Amino acid sequence: MTTTSVPPVVLRGARPLGGEAADVVLADGVIREIAAPGAAAVPEGAVEIAADGHVLLPGLVDLHTHLREPGREDAETVASGTRAAAAGGFTAVHAMANTSPVADTAGVVEQVWRLGQEAGWVDVHPVGAVTVGLDGERLAELGAMADSAARVRVFSDDGRCVHDPILMRRALEYVKAFDGVVAQHAQEPRLTEGAQMNEGVVSAEIGLAGWPAVAEEAIIARDVLLAEHVGSRLHVCHLSTAGSVEIVRWAKGRGIDVTAEVTPHHLILTDELARTYDPTFKVNPPLRTAADVEAVRAGLADGTIDIVATDHAPHTREDKDCEWGAAAFGMTGLETALSVVQATMVDAGRLTWADVARVMSANPARIGRIDGTQGRPVAVGEPANLTLVDPSATRTVDGAAQATASGNTPFAGRELPGRVVATFLRGRATVADGAPVAAPAPAAARGGVR
Amino acid sequence: MAAGTGMPGTPDPHDVPEGTVVLGASDVARALTRIAHEIVERAKGAQDVVLLGIPTRGVTLAARLAQRLASIDPGFDPERDLGELDVTMYRDDLRRQPTRAVGVTRLPAAGIEGKTVVLVDDVLFSGRTIRAALDAIGDLGRPQAVRLACLVDRGHRELPIRPDFVGKNLPTAQTERVRVLLAEVDGTDAVVISGREPGAAAAAEEGAR
Amino acid sequence: MRHLLSTADLAKDEAIELLDTAAQMAATQSREIKKLPTLRGRTVVNLFFEDSTRTRISFETAAKRLSADVINFSAKGSSVSKGESLKDTALTLHAMGADAVVVRHWASGAPYQLAHAGWLDAAVLNAGDGTHMHPTQALLDAYTIRRHLGGRGGGLRRGGDDGVGADLAGLRVAIVGDVLHSRVARANVRLLRTLGAEVTLVAPPTLLPVGVESWPCRTSYDLDATLADWQPDAVMMLRVQRERMSGGAGAFFPSPLEYTRYFGLDARRLAVLPPHSIVMHPGPMNRGLEISAEAADSERAVIVEQVANGVAVRMAALYLLLSGTTEGTAL
Repeated sequence: MTTTSVPPVVLRGARPLGGEAADVVLADGVIREIAAPGAAAVPEGAVEIAADGHVLLPGLVDLHTHLREPGREDAETVASGTRAAAAGGFTAVHAMANTSPVADTAGVVEQVWRLGQEAGWVDVHPVGAVTVGLDGERLAELGAMADSAARVRVFSDDGRCVHDPILMRRALEYVKAFDGVVAQHAQEPRLTEGAQMNEGVVSAEIGLAGWPAVAEEAIIARDVLLAEHVGSRLHVCHLSTAGSVEIVRWAKGRGIDVTAEVTPHHLILTDELARTYDPTFKVNPPLRTAADVEAVRAGLADGTIDIVATDHAPHTREDKDCEWGAAAFGMTGLETALSVVQATMVDAGRLTWADVARVMSANPARIGRIDGTQGRPVAVGEPANLTLVDPSATRTVDGAAQATASGNTPFAGRELPGRVVATFLRGRATVADGAPVAAPAPAAARGGVR
Repeated sequence: MAAGTGMPGTPDPHDVPEGTVVLGASDVARALTRIAHEIVERAKGAQDVVLLGIPTRGVTLAARLAQRLASIDPGFDPERDLGELDVTMYRDDLRRQPTRAVGVTRLPAAGIEGKTVVLVDDVLFSGRTIRAALDAIGDLGRPQAVRLACLVDRGHRELPIRPDFVGKNLPTAQTERVRVLLAEVDGTDAVVISGREPGAAAAAEEGAR
Repeated sequence: MRHLLSTADLAKDEAIELLDTAAQMAATQSREIKKLPTLRGRTVVNLFFEDSTRTRISFETAAKRLSADVINFSAKGSSVSKGESLKDTALTLHAMGADAVVVRHWASGAPYQLAHAGWLDAAVLNAGDGTHMHPTQALLDAYTIRRHLGGRGGGLRRGGDDGVGADLAGLRVAIVGDVLHSRVARANVRLLRTLGAEVTLVAPPTLLPVGVESWPCRTSYDLDATLADWQPDAVMMLRVQRERMSGGAGAFFPSPLEYTRYFGLDARRLAVLPPHSIVMHPGPMNRGLEISAEAADSERAVIVEQVANGVAVRMAALYLLLSGTTEGTAL
């Protein structure tokens, strides 16, 4: 991991966190100087980037990414998924544990961590499974994963819910020893047997088995009470209903140490899309109603919801080109997340760019306990993990043109605002001129990792 | 009804908005009366005759013919010997046209078995409708004979079919359109030709005489 | 009409055209020669991903009476059960030159996908998909109701015999049973409403879907009150799957006996109905569960006639889908 071969960079006229235009100098992997336009001391050999009007954000951090490797390399690999992450403006991702084999041992999490290092697009922080094989029956060796080279701090059975209350209690307590957090996929299994979509007016009409909001809300309610009782911190994955927002708001009001996330798709899409029976819109938790969409936007705006996380879930065509009932749950999101947040929150005046930095970088880094290196302020001396965004650009999403190996974007054909112009990981461009660079890490650096 | 007020025996070829009237109400009435007599003559009485009108206007014409047959030969009972035959499901051009609504088929109470069936249509053109009607009759029973009556024969046959009873032979160009208007459906009795080239009308009239 | 996927897509005049066409088709079925040459040379594929001998035979009969070539493609004993996808099956049928595909599928929406995914260009006729729709069943039910009751309520028999041309305005239809899992109920609620009838769904609360309040009908948990106070002209009993009663904690009602006690149609409840009313069932019946033998065999029952009308309605649907040029006739 050497940075000596990386030339310095000057971002001309960029607006840190959407503020006043400045020249920002990156050198030796850190932000060396932020000065008024034309006033910076430009190092010799610096690469100049015209960034007039562009917003400079700390590199985005995703707390919820499915990279599919090991096991489903046909849908995504660590290399392809992290390249997609960089293209979407991310500099760190948390890789979910539902791989094959499941990331429930130190061996698997170290493998994923190492694959991330070798790929070099973003920092990959593996999430460890809470229970062995995600089976919800006994705790995985959480301590071993925490102590491994991957230094796991986030544990989740995502895709499955840790539904057994005593097991959930034990997990919440146990991770306190290494300041870990349990990220709960809140889905009461008995209430969602065979469920295909949000239960409501649309499901009743189109005859798809319903997934009641209460199946999510009941687990969140139980878990915040458990977290309060044992004095642990809890993270709620991808909450999707107005009721969930209410419960989290209530829990925070009580002082419970809970954080919550929402996905970009739950900020913008509704269950009306199921009427097309296009499995692209089949996702877990399901798309909800317009009232729920408004509630999660309000929750994100008022801080009840701490972060936006993508739940990027790539699937092969075979798993989506089929009957709705037979299709896999999930949609991709890394390359559209920032645009969706801009469209729904920034352009709507509900979040500032500084807020975006908070919910998509600082907060997720803090929850994942990687805030020593990621999610830092845009300030002199900080690691140069940065994303340069052109908020005035618009683009039409084309699944085939994305960096992810899978085409299951729900936004295909949609016009979205904003474009990631460049992404920097420790001062080195992983994305330049709006496209991933040819090779993110110098060959010497990659060799050094091996 | 204006079309029927001309002098008896005189066609009333004045221009109506959609075309030229080539038969007026009195012509239509006279033609039907003549056809009725011909049917009786040919069948040596109307005893075993049944009429099958082909929708839409063939059904109306058949009903009018039935009244005339009954007045010529009391052995013909319109209640018993009149029916209608929808040929839609036997057509050979179903895929070339917009979907056609299937009409009603109602056999005469007397049935068609062993009878002399007279098919009644308004305009005889390609002959394809009659081909379809013959196929339909074949599925419905085995008449002693099938004959064909039409108010207008405009030529351009595409099949070896010819009418037994014709109200008027009307030479036409392929591109022209011939319409039979009947009071029950259209409010007036007339045969109207439209889409005719200028100057062709007189020539066609001449040819018809 | 390009496809027949859902009764929700049918406008009133289209629905009446289907019923009227069915009436003409039915008229041909009392003749000695029942076969019509109408669809000669066209190929109809019965694609059944779910067993239903009755429905398949009804469609097969309808297609053959119209002289279409019929190919039966069933999930069992074919590549479907070996994991061939819906997409590959569709591409195969496309290559074979199918003109119409009659599809029965366990997955709600599968016929919609077949019609819209661009995998094949045949007309798609939904023969029942998951818990979503069963349009020809609803059409044959409406046809049966119109034949018997088309002159009642506000909807006078304006047309000729068998209510041809008429809608079902003013008629009251009670649909009783497992509405939650019933494609028959969904299809009927939409179609009957379009035709002007009023519908009451009667079921235990566990068997009504969340969201039913948005449907154009009323609901009741009380069969006795509905029969006595509302006096329906037709009562449609839905089949109850026996597996809905097992499953321990997840069962939808306590026992078959309790279901029959509250939601079964028997002689006592039959006696409460108006004299002209009819009793319907999509079949196959669970005698002694949702319907007693007395009710099923009573003079009011038109259940056997529903089966016969099914052929006429399916002939009408195939005719309207397969005749005519395709442009400008999108449903």
